[in-house]
Amino acid sequence: MSLDMVDLLTNAMLGIIVAATPYMLAATGELVVERSGVLNLGVEGMMIVGAVTSYIVAFSTGSLVLGVLVGILAGAFLSLCFAFWTQTLLTNQVATGLAVTLAGIGIAGLAGRNFVGTTISPIPQLYIPYLSDIPLIGKVLFGLDPIAYFSFILIFLVIWFLWKTRAGLILRAVGDSHDSAHALGYPVVKIRYMAILFGGACAGLAGTYLTLVHTAFWAPGMTAQRGWTALALVVFASWLPWRVVLGAYLFGTVGYMQLFSQGMGVPIPSQFLSSLPYLMTIVVLVLISRDQFRAKANTPASLGKVFKPDL
Amino acid sequence: MTALLEVKSISKAFGDFYANSDISMKIMPGEIHALLGENGAGKSTLVKMMYGVLRPTAGEFHWNGQPIVMTGPAFARELGIGMVFQHFSLFEALTVGENVALSLPKDLAMSDVNQKVREVSENYGLPLDPDRAVHSLSVGERQRIEIVRCLLQDPKLLIMDEPTSVLTPQEADRLFETLEQLSSEGCSILYISHKLDEVRRLCNTATILRHGELVASCDPSKETPRSLAEMMVGTKISSVSKADEVTGDEKVRFSTSNLTVPAEDPLGTDLKAINMSVRSGEILGIAGVAGNGQDELFNALSGEVLANGSDAVVIDGVAVGKQGINQRRKLSAAFIPEERNGHAAVGDLSLSRNALLSTHATSPNQRRGLIDDGALRGYVDEVVKHFDVRASKDNANAASLSGGNLQKFAVGREMLREPGVLIVSQPTWGVDAGAAAVIRQALLDLASRGAAIVMISQDLEEIFEVSDSIAVISEGTLSEARPAKDITVEEVGLLMGGITGEGGDHVHAA
Amino acid sequence: MFMRLEARSEPSPIMTYLSPVIAVSVTVIIVGFIFVGMGIDPFVGLKTYFITPLAKLSSIYELLAKASPLVLIAVGLIFCFRANIWNIGAEGQYTLGAIFGGWVAVSFHESESMLLLPAVLLAGVVGGMLWAAIPALLKIYFKANEILTSLMLTPVAVLLLDYLVRGPLRDPDGYNMPESRFFPDAAILPTLFNSYSFHIGIFVSLLVAILATVLLYKAMLGYKVDVSGSAPRAARFGGFSSIRMTIIVFLISGACAGLAGTMEVSARTGQLIPTIPLGYGFTAIIVAFLGRRNPIGAVFAGLLLALSYMGGEEVQVKLQVPSDLTGVLQGLLLFLLLGCDTLINHRFVFSRKEIAHES
Repeated sequence: MSLDMVDLLTNAMLGIIVAATPYMLAATGELVVERSGVLNLGVEGMMIVGAVTSYIVAFSTGSLVLGVLVGILAGAFLSLCFAFWTQTLLTNQVATGLAVTLAGIGIAGLAGRNFVGTTISPIPQLYIPYLSDIPLIGKVLFGLDPIAYFSFILIFLVIWFLWKTRAGLILRAVGDSHDSAHALGYPVVKIRYMAILFGGACAGLAGTYLTLVHTAFWAPGMTAQRGWTALALVVFASWLPWRVVLGAYLFGTVGYMQLFSQGMGVPIPSQFLSSLPYLMTIVVLVLISRDQFRAKANTPASLGKVFKPDL
Repeated sequence: MTALLEVKSISKAFGDFYANSDISMKIMPGEIHALLGENGAGKSTLVKMMYGVLRPTAGEFHWNGQPIVMTGPAFARELGIGMVFQHFSLFEALTVGENVALSLPKDLAMSDVNQKVREVSENYGLPLDPDRAVHSLSVGERQRIEIVRCLLQDPKLLIMDEPTSVLTPQEADRLFETLEQLSSEGCSILYISHKLDEVRRLCNTATILRHGELVASCDPSKETPRSLAEMMVGTKISSVSKADEVTGDEKVRFSTSNLTVPAEDPLGTDLKAINMSVRSGEILGIAGVAGNGQDELFNALSGEVLANGSDAVVIDGVAVGKQGINQRRKLSAAFIPEERNGHAAVGDLSLSRNALLSTHATSPNQRRGLIDDGALRGYVDEVVKHFDVRASKDNANAASLSGGNLQKFAVGREMLREPGVLIVSQPTWGVDAGAAAVIRQALLDLASRGAAIVMISQDLEEIFEVSDSIAVISEGTLSEARPAKDITVEEVGLLMGGITGEGGDHVHAA
Repeated sequence: MFMRLEARSEPSPIMTYLSPVIAVSVTVIIVGFIFVGMGIDPFVGLKTYFITPLAKLSSIYELLAKASPLVLIAVGLIFCFRANIWNIGAEGQYTLGAIFGGWVAVSFHESESMLLLPAVLLAGVVGGMLWAAIPALLKIYFKANEILTSLMLTPVAVLLLDYLVRGPLRDPDGYNMPESRFFPDAAILPTLFNSYSFHIGIFVSLLVAILATVLLYKAMLGYKVDVSGSAPRAARFGGFSSIRMTIIVFLISGACAGLAGTMEVSARTGQLIPTIPLGYGFTAIIVAFLGRRNPIGAVFAGLLLALSYMGGEEVQVKLQVPSDLTGVLQGLLLFLLLGCDTLINHRFVFSRKEIAHES
């Protein structure tokens, strides 16, 4: 293998990781939300608000850490609105999620209007000494930015939480049947509030990644449907976290490839590549839905249903 | 002796409606205490408050003499109260072990929970595999999970909400043994039921509720079923006037032959080779324990679910097995399902629009797809007049009617069409005694005018009061119909438990 | 003091109609505060947003033209929502309508036939119906959740349009721009009153809304839709097939969205361009809710939402406020409407004690 080839591959892999990380973060959060039985279609809105707020703070204060924190909080704040509406006011989750996305994109556009055209220096990669010098895989495994590493830690934490802790068992139980969970005395609304907040924080962090790592600038509408793709990803993963990793990197690869498909003379239209994640998700959804036995095992049965306790 | 649990002037209101008002009772240690009442008398509401699922509007609970506030089921469990719900609180996607773990207070390792499940299920003869996912289990197995859940908590008070409604008599007998054993170990049991024999056999004390109020406390073993029933129902059980007996030479208006329908729901019951024939003027009563295929039978007879063959269902000589419900209505058949709200009627539609639901195929209430609301209002006025349907306002929404009034509407809507064949399920379920008498009389009158009626009911009293002939459905199989005067309650009871044949020695696996 | 919701014993009819009024009023007040936050006199801001666009006759025509697709899509969605079918992919169905209609128009770009315009409109209807049939069939045959499938199909439709105008349908004389040929005159919806915007499609939308009202309130079809939506078992008791209802409401909704899409390209853009899908399919969901799932209500709601687009453009030009304000306003409006609708079936109860068992 020539040196050029090695560089090309390394760059491709780094590019895929950068493309996949926001998907993975946002989808990890939404997976926990949906596992608790709530469908939040506001991912795109929470993501873009996270993107713009983190950029504004990082640009104004010069502190990237503060930027990341504010981005997470902004996503969580928007999800709190969603939670109050759907859990306390018992509104329809689909419509409320759309409202979050509509309002989020608008708010981000207004808030970021004076920052278009500016740039910052992005969050640097953490080069682990010596290890990152290994050819080909060194930079890919040991030269990533901290948030990309964190996305992996997060998914492992979520797997551990959902299947190894009692709290995770309770969360899955709430998503399976809120009425049964309520009858056993579990605070359904409180658990869902926390899951929704976690999902919002993750979406906020995903947005932060876009501005503070991926691009280092702010442009209106820059989430470019990534929130919707993350929603698709959760379904594609059939609500299993380890498949979120698989799907995020698959979707990331597709996203990376379409940038270069035309340049490299690949005879597939880029629009087809872009629509692949959605088409694959529909196929997966059909496959798991037609087999009711398997659908029952993994699909959160209360997904999107309003929980109304008879107090 | 202090009561284990004392209920002091408890009331519970839902909006303006009082489900319980000013109820006081004592549950003593080690006793089996029956809570009796008709459907809708307020039994479930009361026990839900005892278990902390609902919060009382007024009144208080005392536990071992100390006043307590039931803050929630977790607190109730901490006190030592266990509850087996009528509708199971299970999680389909989780395993048996996980389901049990969720009701245990402490954070036990899953392997320990599974071990405990195995132990308890062995000790009490309740076989369960802790690693199975619940969505793959039968109804009986699901109830076992609920019972094992409670037993694992070492309860001082066990609340059982209509536990035998899904069990065969044999299973029920086994359950009674377990309960008596628990009681002898000092555990109190609150046993909710409307089955009088069970209560008389099992319980030391009975508290009887009616319309949300406590009407009597007694020792059920010193009462007769009839006296208990009168306390439950309130008035002397009215007897209806029965028409002359049906003679064997009236023509057959409705029949099924070899009607076989697989259940739609994986937890449902398959119908196996159902045969029946009902003559003009005859009421065939179909008895059976809930969940033995009654819903499936109604759906197949009405045409909501199509049969295995065209000849499987015949109305007035026409084979309609493959015809839908509206084609059957056009042949003068009418249907009254068990569930009023959501099946027989749509809650948020007006009565006149609800009248359209079952009459659009047969009456001039719609022409070329356009609805004649004037005609419908007239139709509703007739139903209201003839069946004394009381509503808060003219043409009110169905949901605003009381259960009895909505049922009178659902019955009257079909009766007004003067059907030749009527299939009715649980005609007086949860209905007050007055409305029940009106409905039963209407059925008898319709039969005397020459209609053939199939009445599916779990209420044996009703079956015997109204029917000319009686058959029993058990595990999706229908017994041969016999004249009502030639069959005893005991024989019907045996058939309900899946026991057929002369001496009752041939027992189906239940 | 703690506040909690308590179910009303009967839905409040007053709140059903008061709720949109409250939601709109509060939205306007909040938008006023947003102007203050941006250093703009709120009265000037609100006047520019809500009044100025209505000052000229030409802008009234423009308002009607903008409301037309919103109303048309919303009327279709109302059938779905009343049947409790969550079609949220109207944006995709609208796009397919534009693609099919545009394709026919471009394919016969030298035609002068009177039949071309009806063919373009019909093609759009067919396109929308085909796209809507996909989630319907997936739901019927595989029980696939229609919320997810209809949503996923929307970006696919948008990408398909993008591919077509950059590929097979690109204008051969168009300097490589991502746009199709201009449609021939015979494929253009006529306009009235010497206006560029007032096209006869506006009447079509109004007509469809009136027809839908009759269908929903006076015909068996609407009755079947309502029964299927609120009580599926009762629908079966009435002999109404749930499969048939699913497919019918999806097709009605797809037809309306497709017609809106094809009328939009025929009357407004005159060619296919990648920016035809502007989110009308999502905004129409707000229109349907705001209009109380009633087609006539949707006409008024559609006018209001059309005004929100025009006001956004107006403040961008006059006050240099980004048109993103439109999105904020629409999102807020939907939020507030959903919140107020809670009060139709619930009321607030204030109690001194904390409810220990809150859930």
